[in-house]
Amino acid sequence: MDKSNKSGAEALIHSLHLEGVDLMFGYPGGAALHIYDAIFNQNYVDHILVRHEQGAVHAADGYARATGKPGVALVTSGPGATNAITGLATAYMDSTPIVVISGQVKSNLIGTDSFQETDMIGVSRPIVKHSFLVQRAEDIPDIVKKAFHIATTGRKGPVVIDIPKDFTDPEYKFEFNYPSEINMRSYNPPEGADTSSIKEAADLIATAKRPVIYSGGGVNQNNASEELTALAKLLNFPVTNTLMGLGAFPGSDPQFIGMLGMHGTYQANMAMHNADLIIAVGARFDDRITNDPKQFALSAKKIHIDVDPASVSKIIHADIPIVGSAKESLTALIEELKCRDLKTNESDISEWNEQIKNWRDAHGLNHSLLEMGAQNGKILPQQVIQSLYKETNGEAFVTSDVGQHQMFAAQYYHFDKPRQWINSGGLGTMGFGLPSAMGVQLAYPESIVSCVTGEGSIQMCIQELSTCLQYGLPIKIINLNNAALGMVKQWQDMQYGGRHSSSTYENSLPDFVALTESYGHVGIKVSKFDELESSMKECISLKDKLVFLDVDVDPNEHVYPMLEAGNAMDHMRLSKDEKTW
Amino acid sequence: MKRVIALLMENQPGALSRVVGLFSQRGYNIETLVVAPTNDATLSRLTMSTEGDEKVVEQITKQLDKLIDVVMVTNLSESEFVERELMLIKFTKDSFPENVFDETNIVSEDNEIINVQVVGTSLELDKLISEIDANNPLEIVRSGSLGISSDEKTLTIEN
Repeated sequence: MDKSNKSGAEALIHSLHLEGVDLMFGYPGGAALHIYDAIFNQNYVDHILVRHEQGAVHAADGYARATGKPGVALVTSGPGATNAITGLATAYMDSTPIVVISGQVKSNLIGTDSFQETDMIGVSRPIVKHSFLVQRAEDIPDIVKKAFHIATTGRKGPVVIDIPKDFTDPEYKFEFNYPSEINMRSYNPPEGADTSSIKEAADLIATAKRPVIYSGGGVNQNNASEELTALAKLLNFPVTNTLMGLGAFPGSDPQFIGMLGMHGTYQANMAMHNADLIIAVGARFDDRITNDPKQFALSAKKIHIDVDPASVSKIIHADIPIVGSAKESLTALIEELKCRDLKTNESDISEWNEQIKNWRDAHGLNHSLLEMGAQNGKILPQQVIQSLYKETNGEAFVTSDVGQHQMFAAQYYHFDKPRQWINSGGLGTMGFGLPSAMGVQLAYPESIVSCVTGEGSIQMCIQELSTCLQYGLPIKIINLNNAALGMVKQWQDMQYGGRHSSSTYENSLPDFVALTESYGHVGIKVSKFDELESSMKECISLKDKLVFLDVDVDPNEHVYPMLEAGNAMDHMRLSKDEKTW
Repeated sequence: MKRVIALLMENQPGALSRVVGLFSQRGYNIETLVVAPTNDATLSRLTMSTEGDEKVVEQITKQLDKLIDVVMVTNLSESEFVERELMLIKFTKDSFPENVFDETNIVSEDNEIINVQVVGTSLELDKLISEIDANNPLEIVRSGSLGISSDEKTLTIEN
């Protein structure tokens, strides 16, 4: 252990190093300058200079989602801190482990409305898992240790460390001791398996006739994909994933029935509605899944495995609550099933799977749109996703922004691996796609990282194109350009008589190709279907370049299926003129 | 139905705002709130009363338990418990209801003003307030509920 004397700033950077951090994202400013000087004088931790603090936090978040390791961002006080807020809220809603360090004004100035002072602890309070205001330089190592412990255990989440400038003063040094372990009497998240109800869960599984495994982001976060897949294979039960859970079970496996919920597949929503057993793993029954909770899956018993006790029976009553690690609890469940030489209702299960197949055949998504060519002379946005899937062999990391393009990507790119699909599911943050892709690309420099976006979302953090040039990040930006805020417009079409209030731009969009090129990258415009596949090929083949593929897509396309609000999950619109009720 | 929740939390700056913030953030209503240090200087005890059905209170206690600074939470109203509240009332001498209070209630008295204190359940205090309404009390101050379980259960930690 390094016990040499260090300043608070040096202690901070050294503590990060001891936590295994080798990369952080940030933006300097007055209250953080001592820390930046300490960064300059060491070689352990690389710093990526973003163009806006929101980008720093999203990049750290993207890094964390792709790697499973905590992401780190560093910002200054005041506007630096407030610019980080959207990033924090995004990470909080999706439970991603990040640590955000904010400079603060000197401790004697706190509360005096001094220059660039914001109460970061107060402003961030409802959107962090926890936060620390440093009170003494000597506390920094201990606080960093606690921050990483809290961010990465239990239900993960963002932690803020706010450090007044005087506690990073290079003139004040103290003996550096990094704690080897921490003991927090007030924080004991569930670890390991909860086996208290495993037998009852196995009993329900053995007698189920119409079961569904419904898994969410918690399975990806807890690296429990292997166990989830093993359980599904053992039982031959159909699997559906939430938007956050995609990739936990292979998207191209026939047992996978697609995403569920608001824009879930017909067969997934029908299966949930008609199920007699729902095995929920790392999912939280949010409103985009259940539709009206009072009408949700009324004939199903629910087994709910979750690490967060507050998520269990919050919205939907759990008949069998299992509060523990998804990975360990699934392992315990599999063992229990194996050791009692489980027999499921095989004929009922195969009949159920047949029923689901019939639903899929009747109204499932069409994954062969690419072969159908232009539709009314236009490119369908779904075709662009299928082309991306084809040219990347389904192996790319895909980040997205928020809106129609996000749903099309989730529906049509089959994610076979966890952590491959990276999007803001909970908060729905436009502007997340590009900076999060930077975090992913820096974590995996050799992999293809594509950002599926729209002309609305991309403009919310487009300044990061400059960061991508500075650090040579060859992200493939796939812009589904429908010249409108597509999802807003879709709702206006459906619920507001087609009145497109402030959802179009009246010819004010930039020339994205020229814009990208002015940042030193490659821009490619696609406006005809015949150019789509060759342009996509070219885009993916330019390995060392950031490419902005600007594709004009059919502006009138809607995302379907779509749950009808206030109803059960079997109430879906299937196209502009078809509905299930 | 009125529920009383008690918790122990780290005596840290910001801890109280996290507890109070959680209530507004999640749309729960706090009726009364009392915070004081315990005989362990590192801990504060917070007692709150709230209206809500069992499901809401279960959510509240779970969410409180999730706060990093909260060491222990208990829903006292889950079993037998004692609830008490302190009330101070100011009267002018002319309107002092002598039939309601005796000497032991009086905490200060001068030529014009009498202050009294009363301890009871919130319900008893509510009743008393309506009884003395006609005497036009100048000021009524209530402490908010404190609670302790009736049986051997305690909300304490071993150090």
